[in-house]
Amino acid sequence: MLVHRHDWSLQRKGYLDQERHRERVREAIRKNLGSIVANESIILSDGKKTIRIPIRSLEEYKFRYDYRKKKHVGQGAGDSRVGDVIGREGEGVGPGRGPGAGDQPGVDYYEAEVEIDEIAKLIFEDLELPYLEEKSKHAVHSRQLRFGEVRKTGILPHLDKRRTLLENMKRMAKETGRAQIGPLHKEDLRFKSWDEEIRYETNAVVIAMMDVSGSMGEFKKYIARSFYFWMVRFLRTKYDNVKVVFITHHTEAKEVTEEQFFTQGESGGTVVSSAYRLALEIIHQRFNPRDWNIYPFHFSDGDNYYSDNDEAVRLADELIATCNLFGYGEIGEEEYAGYRRSGGALLSIFTERLKNKDRFVGVRIDRKEDVYPALKAFFGRRGETV
Amino acid sequence: MSDAEIKALEKAIEEIWDKACELGLDPFPIHFEIVPATVIYEIGSYALPGRYSHWSFGKAYHKMKLMYDLGLSKLYEVVINANPAYAFLLEGNSLIQNKMIIAHVIAHVDFFKNNIYFSKTNRRMVDEAVTHAERIREYEFKYGRKTVEEFLDAVLSIQEHINPDLFIREERAEAVERPKPSPSKSGKYDDLFALDEPKRETSTKTDVEEAPRRFPPKPEKDLVRFIMTHSPVLEPWQRDIMAMIHEEMEYFVPQLQTKIMNEGWASYWHTRILRELDLTDEEFVEFATLHANVVSPRKGSLNPYYVGFKIFEDIERRWDNPTPEEIEKFGRQPGKGREKIFEVRQLENDISFIRNYLTQQLVEDLDLYIFELRDEEEWVITDKTWERIRDQMVADMTNFGFPVIEVLDGDYNGNRELYLRHRYEGIELDIEYAKKTLEYVYKLWGRDVHLETVVDGETLVLHYDGEEHWED
Repeated sequence: MLVHRHDWSLQRKGYLDQERHRERVREAIRKNLGSIVANESIILSDGKKTIRIPIRSLEEYKFRYDYRKKKHVGQGAGDSRVGDVIGREGEGVGPGRGPGAGDQPGVDYYEAEVEIDEIAKLIFEDLELPYLEEKSKHAVHSRQLRFGEVRKTGILPHLDKRRTLLENMKRMAKETGRAQIGPLHKEDLRFKSWDEEIRYETNAVVIAMMDVSGSMGEFKKYIARSFYFWMVRFLRTKYDNVKVVFITHHTEAKEVTEEQFFTQGESGGTVVSSAYRLALEIIHQRFNPRDWNIYPFHFSDGDNYYSDNDEAVRLADELIATCNLFGYGEIGEEEYAGYRRSGGALLSIFTERLKNKDRFVGVRIDRKEDVYPALKAFFGRRGETV
Repeated sequence: MSDAEIKALEKAIEEIWDKACELGLDPFPIHFEIVPATVIYEIGSYALPGRYSHWSFGKAYHKMKLMYDLGLSKLYEVVINANPAYAFLLEGNSLIQNKMIIAHVIAHVDFFKNNIYFSKTNRRMVDEAVTHAERIREYEFKYGRKTVEEFLDAVLSIQEHINPDLFIREERAEAVERPKPSPSKSGKYDDLFALDEPKRETSTKTDVEEAPRRFPPKPEKDLVRFIMTHSPVLEPWQRDIMAMIHEEMEYFVPQLQTKIMNEGWASYWHTRILRELDLTDEEFVEFATLHANVVSPRKGSLNPYYVGFKIFEDIERRWDNPTPEEIEKFGRQPGKGREKIFEVRQLENDISFIRNYLTQQLVEDLDLYIFELRDEEEWVITDKTWERIRDQMVADMTNFGFPVIEVLDGDYNGNRELYLRHRYEGIELDIEYAKKTLEYVYKLWGRDVHLETVVDGETLVLHYDGEEHWED
């Protein structure tokens, strides 16, 4: 009996259908961006490149039994006893996980392995940086060499061997009628040539401000965190160099590390102007608006000390004057989604009283799903610049 | 693989083939082929080489390939039921691994050829699948890839709902055509009807009463065929695709019905055959390791290789050494083990195999148990009574693990709506899935669809009208 071997190198069916599947995954992601943006496994991914997100629309639906409501036959290692717990629900143990006898359909909700960069690409598709152009004038530029052109003269170290041989073959084909390599003539020689390229290095700084007063709980911090996660990622796609300054405040503001920013305990009342004052100081000392694109963002629950409101508005105006965009996010209570605050909250005060509203964006976030619309509000396409 | 290695492999195949035939196996000729991992996973995930394209195969392929790349599981071979049969061996198997795999493959092919449930399968299915793929590709070209893909999504959602009883072929064709209310009856009351004739023309009411329409005449389990034949909205190319998928499923059904037996049979024989070959000590150790891998119990679920292997060994032992009682009661003669297992491989499928040959002793030796979800939280072992375990396994394999859904009425509400019924036998449907699947059925039928089932002891009917779901 013979053993056959074929050349399968052109066989790509599996790969092609895998691509079809990936396309479907991408479509499903696009449809679910709202909930994916605030997905814990992304935000808390700590530099992981890929994440797994459950995507329901990719299941192959069939009429099947409710596996949670039926009995199953399993196999032990010889010591199983009635009453033994063999797994917890949702932990990957259970029926249908292996090629079981009845092949009962099991927990087959599909988890797509997706690169965070890919999700980012989808999210950022619709986003852009407002008011970027004018700042780029001030950007620092750097020189770089780039080989791009081919010439007939040059120095030997720059000889482009591949092109030279190609030219040689062309000439031989013309002369002898056959495309072959023959003796090299001077006219065959091709040289690489370089250009000097001037690149603009753009810098951006995000001034992340967050209220850590007593009323800012876990949920509110998480929202702020998801927002900053995507914002910094997004800015990095636009600028060569993105710096982030973290400021927390209750009645006083201070600059903190990223770690502290997201983990610090909460206490005390709220004086918003303290944060804006510190931000202005930092800009003044370290980030000259002529060289930097500046994006201050502030998250709070909107409960400012009444007497501080005037000062807050004044400083916010001042910030707006020095920055590309000033963003303010007011985070509501998760349980009270939809419930609107009275006129005393900061967002309504800002919308009423700010002098320069073109570069101010205020949004309200009540649920995780609101993060994506908030991103869009901050970085969505705008009609025209000021 | 070098030429010398190929030569060695060919020699091994000759040797194992001769040994297998000498021991009584009777396979089709086999076309052996060495293929790289990408190809074996492709054939494995499509179940047939050259089959049509669909993203669900791509998903399976990706999953299998990933498991392989991560070293979690490996597909050593894929065997295709055809005459001649095809066996694809993974490139890079060692010679001794291949010897075991070849013995395993020969037993699978013997099973395909001789088990009665396979007797009606199309042995030219590989060619058939390729022409199907070509036709579907043409449709993609003509009607657009997305259109065809979405249609396939819908058909595949019900592809298991065909009538797999390969021995009872109903007179189909015109028999299930929509019945016309016809007065042409022949019976002893014919003359009475004739008297009524003038009246019946004016009064349609009595007409309905005396001839209650049934369409289909009795509940139809073959959803694919019924919808393909009677759907008011399908285009010819769509019916063609459904016919192709129906045909492919008919081919696969016997494999679904004999998974435990087929793997058990192959594992039994690779053990027997390898024992008879001259192996060096090292080879034997490598073989034993691989064999142990294949037939080891798997935590939480059943390993068909292991269960089937154990049952075949047990049958052979019991028929080789019958107890005095068995000799007296059944007239069983000692030493008939081999003969008996050949009979079993010919006549049984998984359901009868388990029902007839899974004994109390085996249930205990295999440490089988019943487990279920308690308090929505923990999966707990709830029963170790052997009869109940056996019956549960049989229940799980009935209709190869899928709920039975029947067409009760193809002209529901007198409006050509489709009324389906889940034949409830104590296990509830996954309602979310059922709703999604109804959306697909709607796509195929084009009119409102209804599904009757039972939830918490009460009848529930799911409805879908193309836009909204409701239930009552």
